Amino acid sequence: MLPRESWGGASGPTGAETDPALVGRPLVRYPEKADLILLTSRPPQLETPRRYFQRAITPNSAFFVRYHLFPIPTRVDLGTWRLNVAGEVERPMQLSLEDLKSKFETTKVFAVNQCSGNSRARFVPRVFGGQWGDGAMGNAEWSDARLRDVLRAAGLKPGALQVTFNGLDTPAAPGVPDFIKALDIGRIMDDPDVIVAWEMNGQPLPMLNGYPARLVVPGWYSTYWVKHLSEITVLDHIFDGFWMAKAYRIPDTPSGGIEPGATPTRTVPITRMKVRSIIAWPENGSRVPARRPVTLKGVAFDGGYGISEVYVSSDRGSTWNSAQLGEDLGRYSFREWSSTCTPARPGTYHLMVRAVSRVGESQPLEPLWNPAGYMRNVVEAVHLEVV
Amino acid sequence: MFGKSRGAVVLLPVLLAASSLAQTVKSIRLPDDNALGRLKPAPGVEVVRQNCTACHSTDYIVLQPRIDAQHWEGEVQKMIKVYGAPISDADARSISDYLGRAYGSEAGGGKQAPARPKR
Ligand code: HEC
Repeated sequence: MLPRESWGGASGPTGAETDPALVGRPLVRYPEKADLILLTSRPPQLETPRRYFQRAITPNSAFFVRYHLFPIPTRVDLGTWRLNVAGEVERPMQLSLEDLKSKFETTKVFAVNQCSGNSRARFVPRVFGGQWGDGAMGNAEWSDARLRDVLRAAGLKPGALQVTFNGLDTPAAPGVPDFIKALDIGRIMDDPDVIVAWEMNGQPLPMLNGYPARLVVPGWYSTYWVKHLSEITVLDHIFDGFWMAKAYRIPDTPSGGIEPGATPTRTVPITRMKVRSIIAWPENGSRVPARRPVTLKGVAFDGGYGISEVYVSSDRGSTWNSAQLGEDLGRYSFREWSSTCTPARPGTYHLMVRAVSRVGESQPLEPLWNPAGYMRNVVEAVHLEVV
Repeated sequence: MFGKSRGAVVLLPVLLAASSLAQTVKSIRLPDDNALGRLKPAPGVEVVRQNCTACHSTDYIVLQPRIDAQHWEGEVQKMIKVYGAPISDADARSISDYLGRAYGSEAGGGKQAPARPKR
């Protein structure tokens, strides 16, 4: 059975012709960026066109942009920028970018950065919030200092429980809560891949992706990947700021979903990403000749176990064939997949893709629903007109 | 074409007084608000412009699912109570009326699927 409300490919420059999520959304060019699909101008929020997801690495210029607050930093002077490490530490530090580069061992990790609300426009019933299509995600190789090394250099005091992260973006009005996120100490100290990154894909971060440094929390949704990082504060209590205690929360159910239209009774902060796969090619609604091979391409990823299998169906999910997997760039990365099929007869074909992670987690055939529009990962389909 | 707004990046070499190291200041210029996010002309649009553009552009509004005035009222109250938008009761009512008319469930255009009201 074809999942309801699932849209795979897209055609035209943005895909608006075949994808209702992209209607009314022009292509725009922002500094250091390729043509991306506009969500909002101020603060800028930009979506990556689907064709980029044929490849495991998303170019910096095509990487999506998400902000909460305006004004955002448009000018950064490395002469004065400092990363302040304070709170429950023995030695508070003000680190320049040079300090970060020279004092800490560097490390690299390929990791997917996906907005919690990626694909929110596809929720039924519809929900309020950023009406993203599927391009609020990207994969890059992030490098530099391990966050735990930075915290060890500062020396955690015995009562340390959580760490908060703040960036240079500031609220436009006094009533708007500053964008501050928190992680448990254990999440940081147990994971060598949580890093302070000043490079993506071997280049300095573009301004709109968090220059000069951002947090990278592999496997977890982007909300924790604080940009233009400027303050790291160690707390001896649980942080109760707005963006942890009120926003970015999911129903406290095993799937994070509830009955469509219902209100959750209890919520918890969103964390790990769900397993997901995307059909980046061919475009939805493409016309292809019968008895000629067509190669489907896309990427699959999950919240940090790695992808073990990707399956493709050309008969509405009755039978599934293994796709070929591309190079394994690590358990947090996009994994390219491809699959070639040869439609025997003219007609409409529905192609579906489903990924399975190394711990056996897979994607549902029916979308899960929650009121904030988070964690969409339903099996996707595109239809092909075979002529 | 109004869709194609362009910004600019500037890299300025700056000589630091303390060290003679050449450092860089990086700056970008953001394009103006995109014309596609403009509010529909209708009675009350001015009140919305005055009260709803300080913190974000109006594409935040025009891209939302269609809901009626009563539910828009909930969204306006969220801006006031959660984000501290300084809006009088009278203005809040005019704004919800405008939004219900221009971007309500009966308004047509844009995103049509039924929306879940937001509190
Ligand atoms: C004091 C600042 C401020 C003002 C004034 C303001 N907003 Fe907002 N608005 C916000 C913030 C902050 C967000 C959430 C940003 C995010 O999560 O990315 C938001 C988000 C939104 C959204 C997206 C859906 C959501 O709930 O997140 C809509 C729609 C919206 N505002 C409408 C309005 C309307 C209508 C007005 C005028 C009545 C208004 N805003 C005035 C701060 C403001």
